[in-house]
Amino acid sequence: MSSIAELEKKIKILESELERERSKNERGRQKIAHMSSEVVDTNPYSRLMALKRMGIVDNYERIRDFAVAVVGVGGVGSVAAEMLTRCGIGKLLLFDYDKVELANMNRLFYQPHQAGLSKVEAAERTLKEINPDVEFEIYNYNITTVDNFQHFMDRISKGGLKECTPVDLVLSCVDNFEARMAINTACNELGQKWIESGVSENAVSGHIQFIIPGETSCFACAPPLVVATHTDEKTLKREGVCAASLPTTMAIVAGFLVQNTLKYLLHFGNVAYYLGYNALEDFFPTMVMKPNPQCDDNYCRQQQAEFQKREAAKPKQVVEERKEEAVTHDDNDWGIELVSETTEEESRLAEGDTPHLTEGVKFAYTKPVQSAQNDSGVTVEKTDQSLEELMQQMKGL
Amino acid sequence: MVDEATKRTLAEITLLKTKASPRDGELWVQRLKEEYQSLIKYVQNNKASDNDWFRLESNKEGTRWFGKCWYIHELLKYEFDVEFDIPVTYPTTAPEIALPELDGKTAKMYRGGKICMTDHFKPLWARNVPKFGIAHAMALGLGPWLAVEIPDLIEKGIINYKEKAAEK
Repeated sequence: MSSIAELEKKIKILESELERERSKNERGRQKIAHMSSEVVDTNPYSRLMALKRMGIVDNYERIRDFAVAVVGVGGVGSVAAEMLTRCGIGKLLLFDYDKVELANMNRLFYQPHQAGLSKVEAAERTLKEINPDVEFEIYNYNITTVDNFQHFMDRISKGGLKECTPVDLVLSCVDNFEARMAINTACNELGQKWIESGVSENAVSGHIQFIIPGETSCFACAPPLVVATHTDEKTLKREGVCAASLPTTMAIVAGFLVQNTLKYLLHFGNVAYYLGYNALEDFFPTMVMKPNPQCDDNYCRQQQAEFQKREAAKPKQVVEERKEEAVTHDDNDWGIELVSETTEEESRLAEGDTPHLTEGVKFAYTKPVQSAQNDSGVTVEKTDQSLEELMQQMKGL
Repeated sequence: MVDEATKRTLAEITLLKTKASPRDGELWVQRLKEEYQSLIKYVQNNKASDNDWFRLESNKEGTRWFGKCWYIHELLKYEFDVEFDIPVTYPTTAPEIALPELDGKTAKMYRGGKICMTDHFKPLWARNVPKFGIAHAMALGLGPWLAVEIPDLIEKGIINYKEKAAEK
């Protein structure tokens, strides 16, 4: 049993600890109405506004007019969100259905005491403390399910800085094909520009890809691109694990992603369309990919038609300028050619039409040309049974 | 890319025709009927060849599936709950099959107990859109996963035989 004196002592200690914690929060800064260029220690934006004086960015304050959606706030997304927060972005919309786990601690941003919290909630708390000027919307759900997808589309198309305007850019920081495809579907339907990002499961390569529906290749136009790291997939040791990750590769990809975002939003430098990162060889392939006229996604094909119309309506001068931007053949500098063991016709049927890629980038897999004849299996026959009857039959088995 | 055993498994499962996702209204109902036809045939074949290993059913909309799968190891039957959602991008992307009760028990899983498919599965699926359906995902995704993981988990003592499962 503790004596009253001991308990009182304990209360004193706890009170002082509480006081310290409280003062920590109070020390956080207040909102700032206008971004100032004044170079003083107390101005959180002084080094960013200096970009203007240096002639890099014309009008840095515009950063506050933009809303960016970050889908997936894991190893890449959380760091990207922090970068944008520190840059003073106007609004962030965060989507993720995951919780913070101790297994995440090899990556940046989250801290052990946040384990168990939803990632979006933990992220919002930290980010608001770093920069209270940023507006947040957070959604703790899986975007690929039917129930959530429509809401996700609504927030992309109406969650801009002014309600009912679209967000300015969507950043895909998810870790799986299904979620990327869902973002692709949404963005093709909405004509929303987005940047896809990814880190390989062996943690030694990554990429970003800027997707403008109709103008550049969408995520469904071709099989996913991978940066060739010359590690043999067959010898890759997968014993007992699904994925490895490194804080370095993830932070580098997050850096590429946000750099590209800033360049696009604030109009400086050249915006990258595809930028790969091969960590083993320090190689950074870049390229531009045109959309596939036979893309599986109807909305992608619609966007392509609309883009063609817009292009045709533009004065000629502009068209020529664009052509200059779209350099696709820097690969010939290296004298690299695709050499095949099978005939061109054979490989075309087996692998489909694959566009030429820059050196160091390949498709994750190939898809055969769609044809009805090569189906070896039996296809389902027409049935007179109703769905309910089929469901009952299945249950009765 | 496809080995002989996989080819044989595949040949037994009827292919689907309609490319439709749960957002496609009537077309989805058509796809759902095909899914059920293909699944019923597959289960019937499994039963006939004494290799019955799962049951599935869905909600009315066919967007959420649940059921049981089992694996026989040294004459004992180990049974697990199976569940998955049909994503809005289906059938372009395969369903992510989950065994929630094994979540955290093996590294060959993603959060929520979603099984880690082999490197071959996704390319194979992508090459066969929209012909592959849920029955294919079970046969080529969950089947091989159980065959590799369950004996290993039993050996390590992570999962134990339950009397109840045997009575069924």
